[in-house]
Amino acid sequence: MAVTDVSYVRTEMSPSEQPPRGERGLVAWLQKNLFASVGDSVLTVVGLLLIAVILPPFIRWAFLDAAWYGTDRSVCATVVQGGVQPEGWSGACWPFVKAKFELFMFGRYPIDERWRVLLVGVMFVALFVPLLMPRAPRKGLNALLFFVVFPVVAFVLLVGGWFGLEHVETSLWGGLLVTLVLSYVGISVSLPFGIVLALGRRSKLPVLKMLSVVFIEAVRGVPLVTVLFMASVMLPLFLPPGTTFDKLLRALIGVALFASAYMAEVVRGGLQAIPKGQYEGADSLGLGYWQKMGLIVLPQALKLVIPGIVNTFIGLFKDTSLVSIIGMFDLLGIVRQAFSDTNWASPQTPMTGLVFAGFIFWIFCFGMSRYSIYTEKRLDTGHRK
Amino acid sequence: MATQEALRSEDTARVSPLNDPKVRGLVYQVVVFVLLVVFIYWIIGNTVENLRRANIASGFGFLNGRAGFDVSQNLIEFSSDSTFARALVVGFINTLVVAITGIVTASIVGFLVGIGRLSRNWLIQKICTVYVELFRNIPPLLVIFFWYLGVLSVLPLPRDSIDLPLGSYLNSRGLYLPRFVWGDGAWLIGVSLLVAIALSVFVARRARARQMATGQQFPVLWTSIGLIVGLPLLAFVVSGFPLSFEVPKLSTFNLTGGMQIKPEFIALYLALSFYTASFIAEIVRAGIIGVPKGQSEASFALGLRSGQALRLVVIPQALRIIIPPLTSQYLNLTKNSSLAIAVGYADLVAIGGTILNQTGQSIEIVAIWMVVYLGLSLLTSVFMNWFNSRMALVER
Repeated sequence: MAVTDVSYVRTEMSPSEQPPRGERGLVAWLQKNLFASVGDSVLTVVGLLLIAVILPPFIRWAFLDAAWYGTDRSVCATVVQGGVQPEGWSGACWPFVKAKFELFMFGRYPIDERWRVLLVGVMFVALFVPLLMPRAPRKGLNALLFFVVFPVVAFVLLVGGWFGLEHVETSLWGGLLVTLVLSYVGISVSLPFGIVLALGRRSKLPVLKMLSVVFIEAVRGVPLVTVLFMASVMLPLFLPPGTTFDKLLRALIGVALFASAYMAEVVRGGLQAIPKGQYEGADSLGLGYWQKMGLIVLPQALKLVIPGIVNTFIGLFKDTSLVSIIGMFDLLGIVRQAFSDTNWASPQTPMTGLVFAGFIFWIFCFGMSRYSIYTEKRLDTGHRK
Repeated sequence: MATQEALRSEDTARVSPLNDPKVRGLVYQVVVFVLLVVFIYWIIGNTVENLRRANIASGFGFLNGRAGFDVSQNLIEFSSDSTFARALVVGFINTLVVAITGIVTASIVGFLVGIGRLSRNWLIQKICTVYVELFRNIPPLLVIFFWYLGVLSVLPLPRDSIDLPLGSYLNSRGLYLPRFVWGDGAWLIGVSLLVAIALSVFVARRARARQMATGQQFPVLWTSIGLIVGLPLLAFVVSGFPLSFEVPKLSTFNLTGGMQIKPEFIALYLALSFYTASFIAEIVRAGIIGVPKGQSEASFALGLRSGQALRLVVIPQALRIIIPPLTSQYLNLTKNSSLAIAVGYADLVAIGGTILNQTGQSIEIVAIWMVVYLGLSLLTSVFMNWFNSRMALVER
């Protein structure tokens, strides 16, 4: 009894019906996401009011009413204040940022030598971007260039004094240059130093443990401002009389020590999360202490705490702005100093400069946090749901 | 047996002291210790020599000297004739004031925003996300400058002050509020408030005991509110309304009377609150997400209403996740209050910095800073650990 006629069997799925009218389209979306209940509707209205209060004035201030062209303060001041704008005018003073842009980037670095800073910047990007891209080849060589060769070349280029390059005092450095130098050095010193401190804190040797604990807790217990004060006021006291010490270097030491203590705690969290079996397994294989840590424990521990490490980096990047308190001109410090330029001083200048500086800081920090999320997802080899 | 013994003894005999972990550890530690002692000795030697050259006498004797500077915000009496020690106390109180007010505000804003980020309402969720991503990624110092230089310093001069309700004024010199002037018998109100709090605690305990024993419930919340509001109100009436207001008055150039809140404080307070709130919001969000969905489903299955489920099941468990990182945020806010120095709010670090510049007693000042901040950290963590241990999961 062979089945000959199978034409009544479907060979493909029938097209699905559209969802009911009340479940699709803009109205349904609005009802579901904005006006699901009375309370929800009230919240939506409050939110809309909040946006209405904040956003239009900001857009008007930053774009529509802003001054875009000009060569001095008169375009950013009202008639009473000695400018050309009508009474009651309020808008961003973008010509100020345009005029001071190079200052904000390089500080007082001599104009003829700025190509050196730019060259260092280009090298930094050229080496750093491939390091961030998982698919770019030759990671080992890249890391070697970035962490060993690059600092030496950058130091020679920025400081000068060799190979016919003119020597540039660090007191002339400023702006984004100082912020990035502080962050780069702080980040590349604090990670290894923090790992060593964390290992010291978990060590079974009482003297090393005590030292690490005292250092970590003392530094974490006080604000960065006091650590910077210490680096700038007490460091010269501790050195033999007559030793002079570069101001930037002092700030660098302060920032790096501070970040190391925080890094140590983050790494310790990772070390504690590694099951004891991993340590014992490494021991039973006959690995020595550094082999055990370097090959078995740290790779797992560091992977676990990537978000914490990047958060510490972000914190460090933001904290570099504090060096302006001990009289150095990082991005924020130099923006603030530019407010007092009589050629540009107007009621709108501070706000404009701060919004600009905030925007730059925000881009860097936001970029770092996004990259950390990306890395976290990429390295997540666990079997969590 | 015998062979094993022999083997073991042979084993231990074969290990040279160079490879014995115990001996090695001891050697490492001795080396580190000796290096440390030498290093400290070298530093102390240099410091003594440097201080001698600069003619600075070490020790805390300078604290009794005359300060010679004024402090803009002082909650205890202070003049330029007071001692350095008193100046430091003033600074410490100012640090505490900004830290405590900041912590309270940051907690409230942070909790609201954190819950808002989990809201089903699309708009609220997006607003809260933008808030968190904006403030988390900007240096706190910049936020302080934003308020101080960008907003507060461009407010009108005192004679064109902005009128606020209740007789308050806002201008470039700060916020002027009416001052409470307490009359005779005002202490009665304070006492009655304390009594009311004590009574509420007592009532809450009895009600709990009764509910455990008999299952009958008692409206604790309303009783407590009634007690805490009612008793002081009663005392207020009984003692004959011992309260009057001193309203700030606008004269030609300045405002007189009332209570003035300086722009430095406002800038620091707003910046610290808004900055820290963005971190607290993330902590709160993580805490609430961290409670498994099954917990709220199970409480609905038991017949709890959504408010009860939140209050009795979800929040107690979320708090367990929230409290430890919240503690470190509170500590961060306290430490960040040292940024006061940038706008000239007279906190501990700012006053210490002034004294340091005047006397050159850098070691002593830094030591005082470290002791005070470490002490504050310790106190906060002790309190939060106590709170945490009350909240923590009691397992078998």
